[in-house]
Amino acid sequence: MLKYTEDHEWILVEGDTATIGITDHAQSALGDIVFVELPEIGVSFSKGDDAAVVESVKAASEVYAPISGDILEVNTDLEADPAIVNSSPMDDGWFFKMKIADSSELDDMMDEAGYGEYVAGLE
Amino acid sequence: MSDENLLKTPLYDLHVAAGGKMVPFAGYAMPVQYPLGIMKEHIHTREKAGLFDVSHMGQCYIRSTQGADPAKALEKLMPGALSSLLPGKMRYTLLLNDKGGIEDDLMVTRTFEPEGTLYVVVNAACKAKDYAIIEEKLGAQIVVEPLDDRALLALQGPAAESVLAALAPEVADLSFMEATMVTLEGVVCWVSRSGYTGEDGYEISVPSEEARAFAERLLQNEAVEWIGLGARDSLRLEAGLCLSGHDFNADISPVEANVTFALGKKRREDGDFVGSERILNELANGTSKKLVGIQPEGRAPAREGTEIADADGTIIGIVTSGGFGPTIGSPVAMGYVPAQYATVGTTISLMVRGKALPAKVSKTPFVQQRYKRKSIA
Repeated sequence: MLKYTEDHEWILVEGDTATIGITDHAQSALGDIVFVELPEIGVSFSKGDDAAVVESVKAASEVYAPISGDILEVNTDLEADPAIVNSSPMDDGWFFKMKIADSSELDDMMDEAGYGEYVAGLE
Repeated sequence: MSDENLLKTPLYDLHVAAGGKMVPFAGYAMPVQYPLGIMKEHIHTREKAGLFDVSHMGQCYIRSTQGADPAKALEKLMPGALSSLLPGKMRYTLLLNDKGGIEDDLMVTRTFEPEGTLYVVVNAACKAKDYAIIEEKLGAQIVVEPLDDRALLALQGPAAESVLAALAPEVADLSFMEATMVTLEGVVCWVSRSGYTGEDGYEISVPSEEARAFAERLLQNEAVEWIGLGARDSLRLEAGLCLSGHDFNADISPVEANVTFALGKKRREDGDFVGSERILNELANGTSKKLVGIQPEGRAPAREGTEIADADGTIIGIVTSGGFGPTIGSPVAMGYVPAQYATVGTTISLMVRGKALPAKVSKTPFVQQRYKRKSIA
């Protein structure tokens, strides 16, 4: 199950694990990504906390924890090659995995069609 | 400011057609980047030729009202050797205030007109202020004549010479900081071998109504790409060049901002310009703080406003320009530190999001400047 937030994060839900990245729209708006700061494994976040930072040539942007839970894994490939976020935002460019503490937090998130409409409405 | 209230340069439609992402900048709608993206635009400029619309900058003639030399008058407010400028020669100089602070930086060129008229280019955000200061202080001797009917293009990069010389061969004969009148595609333009990217290149002042056709003509050359404000900023930062209002302001002196190359040798001896008391004192005795280049050791960029700390974690200064240097593939910054930390190689920390990241005071420019100067042989 793939969910989207209004802050342009995607959440791939597999059992009680969520893999989180930023959308293609987000990477396109940010431009060339030159640095990604990832959270530490084991840290707990509440929904909406600052969890990561993505920096383009222009500016830094926060990536929020879209759900509450603990960080299980981070994509260390992004530290060596942050441009993966531009080339493969929905796949190789994932940021971190979280253990889902409360699956009801996913209920009001958008699905792919809903996110598509949301982005279209922004333009 | 809503988009409707923003000024447009004569090239606005061309930027939109080229896919330029328009943003407000100094009261104008300007392209921050094109579909190529800032990174590729930056590298294209270093490898081939980048075309920049800098029509938002202030172009003016400064003429004498009483037959005197306008350069002599300007020397009261600017510490560069201006009255010794020969026709077709230009200088980077500073507009100073009474306290020796830098109001703006600017380019002054002696034209070929017999009365010694100067062609001056100032920063977009400062033009109204600059003109007002000059007129207020020197109004009895000179007149400022804004050239609002002219666009300004910068063509920068190693291919700039071959691109422009294909239209007017004589531009190849210009050296860095020389200018001349050239007929380009039937249009009389004022061309200087200058720019603000660290690359060889030209700035071309062209009548507004001819600007679009001329830009299109340049873009027909496959070496040329439009370059936006984003890459313009990263290029000038890698070249170690100060940005007005960021790396200096009206409180900062030329000695603090490390732009003492803009102080003419004889002008220092004579001290006949505003603020000279402070500036000459600082030249002799040093300053308490200084602008330095900063090379972060990791990959995290330190942006403008980032605090600088010493080894003990004490805040000692602030970053005034910072970002990512696409040519060198790592972050770069400039900022103010106390003089005792200004030596190249000094270890400092940058407080990025609450964390102290290691960095070193670095020489500038971060990339080698590639200006075309005349050989002395």
